[in-house]
Amino acid sequence: MNASYEPVIGLEIHAELLTASKMFCACPVLDVTEAEPNRAVCPVCAGMPGVLPVINQKAVEYALRVALALNCEIFETSIFARKNYFYPDLPKGYQISQYEFPLARNGYLPVITSAGEKIVRIRRVHLEEDTGKLTHVEDNGIAYSLVDLNRAGIPLLEIVTEPDLHSPDEVRAYAEGLRSVLRYLGVNSGDMQKGVLRIEPNISVRKLGDEKLGTRTEVKNLNSFRALERAAAYEIERQIALLESGGEVRQQTVGWDDVKQVTFTQRYKETEDDYRYFPEPDLPPLVVEKSWIEEIRRSLPELPYPRWKRLQQMYGLGSQEAAVLVAERAVADFFEDTVKLAPEVPARQVAIWISGSLFGLLNLSGKSIETTRITPELFAGLLRQVETGQINQNTAKTVLAEMFETGRSATEIVTDRGLTQISDETAIARLVSQVLDENPAQVQEYLNGKTGLQNWLFGQVMRLTAGQANPSLVRQELNRQLKVLSTTR
Amino acid sequence: MELCDLSAEQIASLVHKREVSAREVLEATLNRVSLVDGRPGQLGIEETTPDDEKYVHAFISLTAERARVQADEVDRRLAGGEDPGPLAGVPFTVKDIFVVRGTPSTAGSRILANFVAPYTATPVERMEQAGGIMLGKVNLDEFTYGSSNESSAFIPTPRNPWNPAYVPGGSSGGSTAAVAAGEGALSLGTDTAGSIRQPAAFCGVVGMKPTYGRVSRYGLIAFGSSLDCPGPVARTVKDATLMLSVIAGRDPHDQTSVTVPVPDYASRLEAGVKGLRIGLSPDYFRITFVDPHTGELIERPIDPEVLAATRRAADVLASLGAEIIEDVPMPHTHYGIPAYFVISRVEAASNLHRYDGVKYGYRTPEYVTDLRDLYRKTRGQGFGLQPKLRILMGMYVSAAQYSEQYYVRALRVRSLIRRDFETIFDPSGAYRLDALLTPTTPTTAFTMQEVYGDSVLMQYADELTVPANHAGVPGISLPAGLDRKGLPIGIQFLGADYAEATLLQIGFAYEQATLGEDWRKRKPQVVERLAV
Repeated sequence: MNASYEPVIGLEIHAELLTASKMFCACPVLDVTEAEPNRAVCPVCAGMPGVLPVINQKAVEYALRVALALNCEIFETSIFARKNYFYPDLPKGYQISQYEFPLARNGYLPVITSAGEKIVRIRRVHLEEDTGKLTHVEDNGIAYSLVDLNRAGIPLLEIVTEPDLHSPDEVRAYAEGLRSVLRYLGVNSGDMQKGVLRIEPNISVRKLGDEKLGTRTEVKNLNSFRALERAAAYEIERQIALLESGGEVRQQTVGWDDVKQVTFTQRYKETEDDYRYFPEPDLPPLVVEKSWIEEIRRSLPELPYPRWKRLQQMYGLGSQEAAVLVAERAVADFFEDTVKLAPEVPARQVAIWISGSLFGLLNLSGKSIETTRITPELFAGLLRQVETGQINQNTAKTVLAEMFETGRSATEIVTDRGLTQISDETAIARLVSQVLDENPAQVQEYLNGKTGLQNWLFGQVMRLTAGQANPSLVRQELNRQLKVLSTTR
Repeated sequence: MELCDLSAEQIASLVHKREVSAREVLEATLNRVSLVDGRPGQLGIEETTPDDEKYVHAFISLTAERARVQADEVDRRLAGGEDPGPLAGVPFTVKDIFVVRGTPSTAGSRILANFVAPYTATPVERMEQAGGIMLGKVNLDEFTYGSSNESSAFIPTPRNPWNPAYVPGGSSGGSTAAVAAGEGALSLGTDTAGSIRQPAAFCGVVGMKPTYGRVSRYGLIAFGSSLDCPGPVARTVKDATLMLSVIAGRDPHDQTSVTVPVPDYASRLEAGVKGLRIGLSPDYFRITFVDPHTGELIERPIDPEVLAATRRAADVLASLGAEIIEDVPMPHTHYGIPAYFVISRVEAASNLHRYDGVKYGYRTPEYVTDLRDLYRKTRGQGFGLQPKLRILMGMYVSAAQYSEQYYVRALRVRSLIRRDFETIFDPSGAYRLDALLTPTTPTTAFTMQEVYGDSVLMQYADELTVPANHAGVPGISLPAGLDRKGLPIGIQFLGADYAEATLLQIGFAYEQATLGEDWRKRKPQVVERLAV
């Protein structure tokens, strides 16, 4: 990146709310990527003549949860407005949204970037309804479009930041931080592939020191964090290159081509669209009682950022170690439960085991910590055995893999498979001398000064015991016997 | 007197006592329809015939078979000792702006001509659950956009039963014409600027616009959503009371419907007017409008016969013990129409967006090149002149660069009009009125085609009714005599929020006190003709 430019980025995030029913009618909220088209449709969400919307209180509650978690100022009275435009995925020809008087404003979210902590200001949080989905079909030269209204009317939360982000890394950190908050609150699954969380960066660049913001472009259809980060990086470079070559950035919406890894123009927006907003006459102002707000505030779970701070302080974890754990509430819970169940195991060990071996197994299997058979009880049992030297690290990994498959306890697995660690000093001394006897050439080389061979000899001992020997005892004994050999020479 | 000329209250009472069956009442009413209504409004008719000019043409769809099934059900339940409800066997019509499951719900527009609703509007459902028998759907101005019924796409459009050369008023003209002609004792109408009260005045029936939110709008095809009120059309105050009691009340499907408890309207009906303070305002005795050529504001006194009837009504009430307060200022009355022009059109344009040929209703049969072409052709062919005018104006005044100048300003005017009413009804204020008595309309009915086409002038027929819609307060129009042409004159009582009971009480007192007057013995021409 050309260092004389500063990227300025704000994000607009649309998060569907995981309520049982839609925003303004009783239709169920389905997984629209899987459901048969038009399964959850009624006269209200199909925009039939004469229908009226009825506000889903659960959606308001979820929205308040998010707004409070983002430290927003809540408006006790907010107003729904109509955003008017024509498109077949919008059955009424207007979207019920909020405009001048949103539910919440002026919040902030602290996020953890690779360069440290950063506060990102939130401009507004408002409630609206999602649109349906169009599928364009080309069949024997005849083009037509299919309308699926399953998604039409699903509660949608729009979260808009101030233009506080200045790098693709910050963009990603904020997006991941926000996703994490939404998941902690249980209001959104965070699944970008399914489109329930949609992130649109508004990107501009300006010369360092310039006050005035550059012309911005808005990036759409990003379905992963990686795409978000790369699209932001690409767009920044593109704009800088354009300006450097004497060109001008045109205000536009761009799409991200994930295959070619480039952005492409979707629509120029030289003038602001006029949606002819006006207050929705079919709904009274949305009034949220102070007492309700306070009740929701009290019921909020500990959020990722404070938890991240606490885990570092309480368990002596490093910043990155803690960050990995708090990203998912279930992981952090798993960590803390395990620590409680195995107080003799150092907390950092627990953290390392989770982010190392356990995550490895989860990634391979595609499971999440909630769906695996490994409970904090089982996990604590395993780590306790390692801690007390009953099994060594390598054996523990084998046991963990089996535990992951079967859900059996470490004790059962170790006993059944005879995996108990060999810690008997006589036995280990015998094993070491056996290896030295069987490998005279290597021993000789070692004695001639190729000291690196000690590790190879150690490996031979471990192999002989199928990894069950207590490694520190083996190392100790090997050291001793080699020293004896070198002095008796 | 025939069964179809009985009041709803009389019919329900006879049916309950099983002196007549619901089916007999229904057949008598269907017979009346066949005698006075002529051919129903339909698409594709360019010219009306001289023969058409003799009939009322209230209906778009007569649902006789559906009604017979329901009437028989009411009779069966009565035979089994059940009470079908307060409207047992009462035939009623529904303005075709309400959806009724399984019946065409057209809004008087080509764009919805083929639309059969999958659900039923709450007020209709409540009337049916109370034992009422829906005869069918009656004609209206297209999407309720008008004050004469002439803008309907369904032709012949309704005519005034008192003299079919005249309009019935609108937009609930089908409703008021049907009730006046004995085609159903009740009708469910809607009032956005006077659309129940103005045609009620023109047709010599009782029409009430309840407080905004008193009756659910669920299933009412929206015009100006912040102004639309469903309400009763009846021949007597008692019948309007009966109907309002059935349709009023909170509906979980309509968040703008209120939780304020519904009082027992009937219990206060006979309480009289002694001690009630009833106001008269000079601001309701003239109309002010913009000259379309010069842009000048023109002020005109209202029709002297209408004014005289209003004054006579005040005298009658005074003689019954009411206190008449003269010279009540309602200074923002004449801003009602301009503000209404803006607000209603912004809402209407948005409410019409959904008619796009994609999901239901009319879709152009022509080849279309793309989505925009589909919209243009469908809407261009499906909408009549009035919706198009309203879309154009609504889009214009709500555009970002004009919204402040028009829409936001109109909302401020609306608050001022509301304040006029709050001032006069304030129980601790200077006026402390129980009701304001006004003429309903500046004139009696005009002839067919006299005003139609001048959408500005047409709107001024609503100048005295629209303030109540802005303010959300209730109003009722009552017959108060006939002019020298034999056309009905209407007077209006306006009240504070939820003061329906007071308005009905005053209306009933006035009605009872004038029962003996000569004009009350006269019948609409189309009915009188039958006796000859």
